[in-house]
Amino acid sequence: MVDIAIVDYGMGNLRSVQQAVRKVAPQASIAVTGEAGIIAAAGRVVFPGQGAAPDCMREIRSRGLDKVIADVVGEGKPFLGICMGLQVLFEHSEEGDTPCLGLFAGPVKRFASGLRDAQGNKLKVPHMGWNQVHHGEHVLWDGIAQDARFYFVHSYHVQPRDAGLVQATSDYPQPFVCAVARDNLFAVQFHPEKSAAAGLRLLQNFINWNPV
Amino acid sequence: MLAKRIIPCLDVTAGRVVKGVSFVELRDAGDPVEIARRYDEQGADELTFLDITASSDDRGIIFRIIEQVAEQVFIPLTVGGGVREVQDVRNLLNAGADKVSINTSAVVNPQLVADAAARYGSQCIVVAIDAKQVAPGRWEVFTHGGRKATGLDTVEWAKKMQGLGAGEILLTSMDQDGQKRGFDLALTRAVTDALEIPVIASGGVGNLQHLADGVKIGGADAVLAASIFHFGEYTVLQAKQFMAQQGIEVRL
Repeated sequence: MVDIAIVDYGMGNLRSVQQAVRKVAPQASIAVTGEAGIIAAAGRVVFPGQGAAPDCMREIRSRGLDKVIADVVGEGKPFLGICMGLQVLFEHSEEGDTPCLGLFAGPVKRFASGLRDAQGNKLKVPHMGWNQVHHGEHVLWDGIAQDARFYFVHSYHVQPRDAGLVQATSDYPQPFVCAVARDNLFAVQFHPEKSAAAGLRLLQNFINWNPV
Repeated sequence: MLAKRIIPCLDVTAGRVVKGVSFVELRDAGDPVEIARRYDEQGADELTFLDITASSDDRGIIFRIIEQVAEQVFIPLTVGGGVREVQDVRNLLNAGADKVSINTSAVVNPQLVADAAARYGSQCIVVAIDAKQVAPGRWEVFTHGGRKATGLDTVEWAKKMQGLGAGEILLTSMDQDGQKRGFDLALTRAVTDALEIPVIASGGVGNLQHLADGVKIGGADAVLAASIFHFGEYTVLQAKQFMAQQGIEVRL
């Protein structure tokens, strides 16, 4: 049994996530794996993902990972979703009209195109780069300054039906949700593995997290 | 709000960072891993590595460099140079790159951009364009390190790349590159206004005002520079402080 399983379903590059987790947990055993048995037995689970929602969901389902994800979340295992690993936890994504895992109620919507900033410059989609994160009170934010910047790259954002689950928002230009949590489940839109010191701190906090 | 990004660029050959003037006359700037670590400490928002190695024998060197950098530096890493097929994209991502930059091969085989974006996601596909002014308000795309004219119009080409799935455009002015007179601001403005995806301005930075102008006048989403950082004229932090004073949103 491994301490930390990083779920690999063939979508995107997991090496950065693995490197960053190793950096904050040098003693831990880490598996990058698509095997349900290893994920089910792991101490905690990191669920990353890149690419398009239809491809992600197809790969998750074809590997039978939808069930193991629901199981480990239900068992109370510490679980961290990153980027697409946040979006697919919701009910439905506008990207390719894709039904998702439904662990959180609410849709995933695209940023509107043609938006402009205060200077009149186009706001590009994907939303790419370092943006400020306005966060609430949660042990995973320990030691992270209010409005710290994290690295984002995405064109869609989640809209949880239950506002009580929101753990952080960012602005582009309107506020959007960039972190949600419920019990043992925490998920973020940005990439902590690419967010320098603030990102490593969040990963460190996740490794130390023992949700009750 | 979203910060404008400052991206130091490391041109790498034979395991060393070098810098040329208008694509020739190379000057040694040091060890890539050491330089990457220094720029990260100074607050660089991303790093771009361009493998300018001519011979395919030395291609392995860039992989070892990226592996070492990725173990120590936790910001996005873009790698380009010699990417010809989807397998090259895969190999660079596996070595630790977060984004792969495609230049000449996008012109030779545009389907590569579509295939790589479909397989690995648009977020990791950067199309690099080397552009040269050929008439007022018109810039032509060049390939093969700026040696070969393509007849393609830069704005039209950038739109086509966006349509095929590029997540970002790295736009270099060949006229300005290495000249230290500032970006080609008209080129930058023309491309960024035509696109929905982010544009990185490149080529010609000689002082900090040039970086600010790239954002404020050129409308760039990110600015890339090499020699002003490599040879100790300015640190990345100084560049960010200067831009912040000019009212530009940066990560400090």
